[in-house]
Amino acid sequence: MSDWKMVTLVGEDQPGIVAQTTDALYQNGLTLGETSMMRLGGNFSMMMMVSGEGDLNAALVPVARALNLRLHIDDIAGRLHQHLAPNVQIRVMGADQPGIVARVTGALAASGFNILELESDVAGTAQNPVYIMTIQGISEAAVETLQQAVDGLGEEGVDVSVSAIDTLFA
Amino acid sequence: MAILEILKIPDARLKQCSEPVERFGDELHAFIAELEETRLAGPAAVGIAAPQVGCFQRIVILDCSQARRPVPNHGHLILINPEITHWDGFVLGREGCLSVPDYTGNVIRAEQIKLVAQDSQGETHEYEMTGYEARVLQHEVDHLDGLLFLDRVVSRRTDLFQRKVYQKGGKKNST
Repeated sequence: MSDWKMVTLVGEDQPGIVAQTTDALYQNGLTLGETSMMRLGGNFSMMMMVSGEGDLNAALVPVARALNLRLHIDDIAGRLHQHLAPNVQIRVMGADQPGIVARVTGALAASGFNILELESDVAGTAQNPVYIMTIQGISEAAVETLQQAVDGLGEEGVDVSVSAIDTLFA
Repeated sequence: MAILEILKIPDARLKQCSEPVERFGDELHAFIAELEETRLAGPAAVGIAAPQVGCFQRIVILDCSQARRPVPNHGHLILINPEITHWDGFVLGREGCLSVPDYTGNVIRAEQIKLVAQDSQGETHEYEMTGYEARVLQHEVDHLDGLLFLDRVVSRRTDLFQRKVYQKGGKKNST
């Protein structure tokens, strides 16, 4: 078992969530590793690698209660310095339609593609929603092969494009 | 010759601005040989700047001829006192750095640049660079001005990848 735990906190967005949460961790002798925090649909969602000697529940339960956040803590087999650099990006953009994420990611998985990051959003208007998704990951298959795998998955008005990410190292 | 130590964050010297090179003698040539040996010693770096090894002079080595995907390039370049004179377009790309271990990030750079630089003998040359090579040059000139790519990283949500995209049918188009 690693020293790390994965802490998830979700609740209605309001100013001060990050400050109060991280201060509670710090004051209780806990430290942060990698984190991802984002506003999704008016909610603020936090996922944090946390380690340290302090009592996580004692640190976070009062804050979660005060800010009306849902708290979830998991033991994880996590480590730092395990970053992988993506070499391919896939963008999906167009009219919102059911199942498009499942179809695109299914085709990618069948090609051996490993997703490192996926972000999606619904833009446009309530009458004409536009779905925008960006996936970055690692592929041993060529960009052209992946493009063929995802071609035709979207209905009319949905564009799925595959491009290489050549990370500069200097 | 010797492999030089690479300065790594949070070393404050990486924020130092480098001075122009004024003497083009044996001392400069010996340093360039060591800088090149250092560039080649680690993971395949397409460029290196003198301040990365603690020498605060405006010296850069660039070589995009061995990039994983072939890109337009001028081959192996030793650029002394490089000055970018023209910028055009912008493009988002992912960068890493010998001085920033275990981290890569997205940075917006000019797509095309013109620059003036001297070679190791002090002769002045002009270059026009595009795409990947232009990005590397801008990354290295930033080192000379005490900047790291970390100073320019944009949000992961910023979606400006204006790269060549393989459209349906396998044709390459610019987006």
